[in-house]
Formats: sequence, C-alpha cells, structure tokens
Amino acid sequence: MPTNKWITIKGTRDGLTLFMNDSCSWEELLGEVEEILSAKHMAVDEPLITVKIQLGNRYITDAQAETLRKIIKKHNKLVVEEIVSDVILKEEALRWKDETDLKLHNRVIRSGQVLEITGDLLLIGDVNPGGKVVATGNIFIMGNLRGVAHAGATGNRKAVIAASYMAPSQLRIADIISRSPDSDGEGVPMECGFIEKDGEQIIMDRISSLAKSRPELDAFERRVMNG
Amino acid sequence: MGEAIVITSGKGGVGKTTTTANLGTSLALLDKKVCLIDTDIGLRNLDVIMGLENRIIYDIVDVLEKRCKISQALIKDKRFDCLYLLPAAQTTDKSALTPEGMIEIIDELKPDYDYILIDCPAGIEQGYKNAVAGADKAIVVTTPEKSSVRDADRIIGLLEQEKVEPPHLIVNRIRNHMVKNGDMLDVDEIVQVLSIDLLGIVADDDDVIRASNHGEPVAFQPNSRASIAYRNIARRILGESVPLLSLEQKETFMDKVKKVFGLQK
Repeated sequence: MPTNKWITIKGTRDGLTLFMNDSCSWEELLGEVEEILSAKHMAVDEPLITVKIQLGNRYITDAQAETLRKIIKKHNKLVVEEIVSDVILKEEALRWKDETDLKLHNRVIRSGQVLEITGDLLLIGDVNPGGKVVATGNIFIMGNLRGVAHAGATGNRKAVIAASYMAPSQLRIADIISRSPDSDGEGVPMECGFIEKDGEQIIMDRISSLAKSRPELDAFERRVMNG
Repeated sequence: MGEAIVITSGKGGVGKTTTTANLGTSLALLDKKVCLIDTDIGLRNLDVIMGLENRIIYDIVDVLEKRCKISQALIKDKRFDCLYLLPAAQTTDKSALTPEGMIEIIDELKPDYDYILIDCPAGIEQGYKNAVAGADKAIVVTTPEKSSVRDADRIIGLLEQEKVEPPHLIVNRIRNHMVKNGDMLDVDEIVQVLSIDLLGIVADDDDVIRASNHGEPVAFQPNSRASIAYRNIARRILGESVPLLSLEQKETFMDKVKKVFGLQK
C-alpha cells in the first residue's frame, strides 16, 4: 500500500472528504489520486459514496476539475459532490462583487423609463407609474414605488423588494409576478415583498420582518461563504 | 438675447395651445417682446385662439424652405405691437420641419425677442422632437387626471434627457369642487408624483373657452380667475414670486343671502 504524500482522506457520515495538498504539482496530485483509488477496491453492490474535494489554496480550471471528476468516477463507485477551493480568480471575484454590490441611484424613474442594474439596487427617489426598475439582486427604494419592480431578475428567488412607500402596479421576483389588487387602494408605508420558503407567490410584510425571513441580506458575504 | 420656452404635455387636449396663447398675451401685457411659434403642423390652432387666422400668408414651412423671409411669415398681434406669431403650416408635408430647422429659426428670432414660446404638438414623436429642439426651457402642462399626469411624467423623463434645466409644471383645468370631493387629483399629489417645480395652477373656467372662441385669449379679461392665474404665471416666469391663487370661489353677497334662505348650500 503506497503512502499518501499529498492527499488526506477523511470519512464522515455524508461521505468522504479528500484534502489535497496545495503545494505539490497537479500531475503529482492526479497520480496519487489514481494510486489511491486503484488500491481501494470496493464491493460492487455497495451504494454510491459522495466525495468532497478540498483543494486548499489551489486554483484549478474547469478542464482540470473535469479530469479530476473523470478519474474518480472511472475507478470506483464514487461520485464527486463538490470541489472546493479557497481561491478564486480576480476576474471572478470582481464579477461576484459586481453581482452583489449595492448600486446607488439618485433619480426619479418616470413613466416609460427602465433602470436595469446588476446587483442590489438602492434607489433614492420614486418609481412612478409606468416606470420600471430591474435588478439581479435585491431592490431597496427610499421613495414611492408606484411602478414595476423586478428583483432577482436572473432567477434569484431569495431577492426582496422593499420600499418606503409601497404602492406598486406590479412586483416581480425571479419568475414570479404579482400585481396590485384592482380596487384602487392606497399604498402602505415601509413594506417589503419576498417569496416565502418553498412558496410560489410574493408575500407582503412590514420591512422589520425582513430581519427574520432574510437574516443574510448581504449577498456578497453569503456568496463568499457559500461559493 | 431671448429665451425659448417650449410648452408641452404629451397628452392632447390638456391646454397647451391655450396656455401658450395666454402666457404670450400675459408676457406682452408686461411689456415683453414675445414671439409665439406653432409647431403643430397639419393641426394648427394657435392662430385661431389668437384670432389671427385670417392674417396668415406664409407659415413656418415656407420659412424653412426659403419661400419667404422669417419677417414675412411673422404675424403681428391685433392688440399688441410686441406680440408676434409664427404659424404652423396646415397643408404641407409634416416632414418639412426638422429639429435643425427649428434651431435655425429660433436662433434667428432670439436676438429680437425677450421670450419665444413654442407650442408643441401632442405625442412624443417627430413633432415633439422638433418643438423641443431649439428650446432652452420647458413648461409641462397637465390636468388633474391620471392619464394626463402619466403622460406628463413620461414627457418630463424625456425632457430631462435633453434639457439642462428641469421643466416646470402648470396644472390646468382644476375643478375645485371635484378636488374637494376627492374625485380629482389634488395639486399637491400631482406635484409629489412628478417632483418638479410648480409654476402655476389654473382653474377650469368657462371664460377660457368663451374667450378662445372669440379669438381673444382670456388673459385680456381683467377679472376672470383663469386670466389672473395666467398673468401670475407670466410674472413668475419673469422671476417674481407670486403666491398661488386660491381655488376657492369668492362668496358674493347674493350667495350669502341665498344661503341664509336655504336656497343654496
């Protein structure tokens, strides 16, 4: 049985975790993966085991990740669940930042105007009837929301819409649309809209309730923690 | 050097032309040299309201196509020596008017006038673009109706992209009894939604229509409510600070008597 120089294997209840040394070369690492896996044969009828790979401070490209997955899959009844690395490309980091940044706009969105942004939107001003704001993240409006707001436009159902004065003609979160009731009701101050867990519709509540339903509103932090 | 102000609204029928005629008249009453330009080609009205229809020989398209000099097309008002009208064409092809052409005309007029008021056609197409092209400032007219406020909002958005200065607002045709009952938007609500400065409010007044039909802008009448409102707006354009006119109708002695006898509430 060869000694593991670069890889440490730990078994947990959920499967295996492979800790890979990040100071050796990639080829050495792949070689050792092959070695380990060919050495440990498993019974054919054993269930699939999920494997988590911890790369440490090593960056691998998508192609490299693919080879790694292939090698592991080829040998045994192992399935790679995820490959985790502590480092990302600057480019990707900037994209994350852009996607999760709070963008401040200070203007009135009038009828016929559309404000589209990547990330979270903080609008100081009103959205008038016929106007529209679209963000890939959350939407916070310090002003009157009388037009259309679309949060999580790229599919993020966790996004929320909050406004100092909520009287929208339509709210959209990800792919869910809700419209105002037909009776010409007054708006409500300090309200927010979000999709409840596993829900299929947008729920309105006081802004203060967000602390409970969305404790991790800061998208950047969430992204860093969860990838 | 004069100032070119475009009067626009987006929606039709809210009183752009009436406002143009009355502001022109009011400014002329204040001894300013004023030129009114009608840019609503094919549907010109300003000349009718001013009562100058029968004096038209050349129009704005003739000027642009060099069939006449600008001074030949300008019509002097019947009442004032300092008020002129450049009428729109009624029959010629609409495409004859271009933003460049408008800028040319306005630049030519500016040295000779204190104010150039441009009456804009309804809509946001070519006609609107022409009217706005040469203007330094804009006045948006709206009525206290949802549809009209919506269109005003749209127009303000478009104007903000073009003009350096944010436009000013005139709320026209306010019916006080309807506002009181909550059947009509009130002025504060409109100003809050549109979030631009209010230049003035004009009550819905039968005198306006009566006067327009006689080809004599209401601003001439000394005492009608609309007339006072228009003259106040003109003074505000000149930079004076004039308080808004109360919309309450004054109770006459007869009203009080009637009230006592229970004939009127």
